[in-house]
Amino acid sequence: MLTVSLTGSLRDAANGCESVQIDAQTIRELLRKLVERYPRLQSHLDEGIAVSVNGEIYRDNRDLSFPDGAEVFLLPRIQGG
Amino acid sequence: MSFDQKFTDQEFKVVGSRPPRPDGVDKVTGRARYGADASAPGQLVGRILRSPHAHAVIRKIDTSKAEKLKGVKAVLTSKDLPDLTNGNRGNFDILENCMARDRALYDGHAVAAVAAVDEVTARKALKLIKVDYKILPHVTDVDKAMADDAPIVQPHIAQNNKPSNIANISEFGHGDIEAGFAQADVIVEKSYKTEQTHQGYIEPHACLASVGPDGQGELWVTTQGHFTFRTVCATLLGMDIAKLKVTSSEIGGGFGGKTHVWMEPVALALSRKANRPVKLVMNRDEVFKASGPTCSTSIDVKIGATKDGTVTAASATLRYQDGPFPGPWGMLGAMTSWACYDIANVKSVAYDVLVNRPKVAAYRAPSAPMAAFAVESTMDMVAAEIAMDPVDFRIKNAASEGSKASYGPTYGPIGIGPTLEAVKKHPHMRARLGKNQGRGMACGFWFNFGGQTCVDLNIGVDGTVNLIVGTVDVGGARASMSLIAAEELGIPYDRIKCNIGDTASLGHNDTTEGSRGTFSSGMATIYAARDAIEVMKQRAAKAWEIDIADVEWRDGAAHAVGVAHSNLAPLSLQEIAAKSPTTGGPIAGHNESVADGAGVSFASHICDVEVDPETGATKVLRYTVVQDAGKAIHPDYVEGQFQGGAAQGIGWALNEEYVYGEDGRLKNPSFLDYRIPVCSDLPFIDTEILEIPNPNHPYGIRGVGETSIVPPLAAIGNAVSNAAGVRLNHVPMSPPRILKAIKEQAQG
Repeated sequence: MLTVSLTGSLRDAANGCESVQIDAQTIRELLRKLVERYPRLQSHLDEGIAVSVNGEIYRDNRDLSFPDGAEVFLLPRIQGG
Repeated sequence: MSFDQKFTDQEFKVVGSRPPRPDGVDKVTGRARYGADASAPGQLVGRILRSPHAHAVIRKIDTSKAEKLKGVKAVLTSKDLPDLTNGNRGNFDILENCMARDRALYDGHAVAAVAAVDEVTARKALKLIKVDYKILPHVTDVDKAMADDAPIVQPHIAQNNKPSNIANISEFGHGDIEAGFAQADVIVEKSYKTEQTHQGYIEPHACLASVGPDGQGELWVTTQGHFTFRTVCATLLGMDIAKLKVTSSEIGGGFGGKTHVWMEPVALALSRKANRPVKLVMNRDEVFKASGPTCSTSIDVKIGATKDGTVTAASATLRYQDGPFPGPWGMLGAMTSWACYDIANVKSVAYDVLVNRPKVAAYRAPSAPMAAFAVESTMDMVAAEIAMDPVDFRIKNAASEGSKASYGPTYGPIGIGPTLEAVKKHPHMRARLGKNQGRGMACGFWFNFGGQTCVDLNIGVDGTVNLIVGTVDVGGARASMSLIAAEELGIPYDRIKCNIGDTASLGHNDTTEGSRGTFSSGMATIYAARDAIEVMKQRAAKAWEIDIADVEWRDGAAHAVGVAHSNLAPLSLQEIAAKSPTTGGPIAGHNESVADGAGVSFASHICDVEVDPETGATKVLRYTVVQDAGKAIHPDYVEGQFQGGAAQGIGWALNEEYVYGEDGRLKNPSFLDYRIPVCSDLPFIDTEILEIPNPNHPYGIRGVGETSIVPPLAAIGNAVSNAAGVRLNHVPMSPPRILKAIKEQAQG
């Protein structure tokens, strides 16, 4: 079971939850199950989000498998210049 | 084919050297072709009519006289750009920014466009277009826009079911902020403002668009991301993505401002309507008014610390103006504000606020410099309160591996501590200061990211290599990619020719932003080269009639290994390439990937200034940048990025500012009145590259392009405050503001 921390506006879309428990092996599975539980997250996924796994930020890689005991944060998608 | 992405601590032969850039001669001789340098047979001149009002209903646009003018081939309004965004609000905002629909939202907002046979005719046609406006109340100040009685910029935006200019509220942090402040011996609170600035790229936005009646189109454009431009333009115009070919020109600066589509869909739509190519080039007035500057901000910071220098709590409230369309800018300010530090109790709350100014765009580490100005200024004030050296104070509180970042995750190996230690040891910190002179330092953070990347590497029969990457070269990337390919293949640098491929030649590449160019295309180039090496090993094995397992690649040649093959002389890349037509055909390598693991970046800057107490004028005497770059592929261009960010930061800190009148109109849309620094304004900017390898890149590369603009506002602010003897809290710290602060200080 994965503990996923939510930040920023993503927390609002998840009914204010700071963290949620999700059984997921990959980022793809995690995002699918999060939207099933919190449908308002879908619009954030459409706009783009990022997932931090053990401090590394993944924007597009949905196939990453979570290491055991991974620290996972759902972050808004970051733009750069 | 998969490859080990981990850094292997290898020795490099050509990576890290400083050869001349392959595009250098073209640029210094004027042969390089920028956005406005393309032409096509029968091309028309496009011009855009822009709103003179900050906020107005467009009741009617009469284009009939313009359409009848001889030489006018197309006239365009929003009616020619129907909403094809299928409910995607982000795309609709882009469409509305390209051409106003029922309302003009800022001074300079496009309301109509023409394509004519020449510039004079196009200008005459614009004068013949009559727009009936109903002027609405406007707001251009971020704090005023948050007031309950402020004019509403976008009626569909609401807070608590009430129309509001607050588009988004973002909160980050951890711990118990009140308990943290209760532990503090000293608490310092301060409010700051920063004014809106433009990236100031010398080359204006320019493109040549051509769309035929068969639905096929081409766009030559100055951009940081031609693949993204293709997707956005095709979506807005209802074109098939594959039928729009976008070629990126040489780019005369972008810094984030050319990551966004501004007028390109209009050029394509004009061409489609006229059935002729259309060239559209912004003048400087339009660049200032109608492309994307960065935010102005209003920020409150509070820091509590114990007498031994431990920060017990820190909070920031950040208000960023986004122009008339919501963006992520306040959120990014909140995420970056405390990222340099390990603080047990920390909180940032950001407001993205809509105003009647141009749509905001990224500007090199977007949003971080303003937050750093507020945070790092206050850090200096706390250090002074507890009589601690400001560098030691930062070192004591610096984040390190295992620290919980203020925006959430736990850091891996990071470089803020080493940059601070390097600052502490730097000779600059020991240089003596004179009368009216002051020294300041500050830290900065940026995320960096990777993203989608695609590279082709083709080996010619003469053994030269054509490398095609899809990330636009904004700062020497072709030199860096050539070095990487030469390193992998084991051949000289000058046998590599690196080109930026158009959108018909490569798979999708994300925009060159987020300091991703060298990180991501470098990674893909390594793997494409290794892919080609596998092909060459197969060809050698075939020629030798041995198993490929007995072939290894080193020093630019295939070597047969093992005692049984000791009589076989190595086959060089050139020899293998020469025989390629009869050993299986062309030799090529390819890689497409999502390059993640870019690694965060930190910098610490030192600045000396002299402030004239009679005029308020500031001269920057000395400036030093220390930054963690990972492996520096071409150190000249790493140093160039450090210096460029610092130079832009100096302009931002001391002079640059959008000035709006009471009428909501921009008063200084020219380089005469909006003053960017020139050479005589700048000292030599010294650099120190810290090469702390990124473990997630095979060469240890990190992004370097953005972090260097984060600390300057604060480093200069601290230096000016020390020189003037009064804390400056409003950027730019222009002579009038400095004089005012000195005067108020004298009056007590």
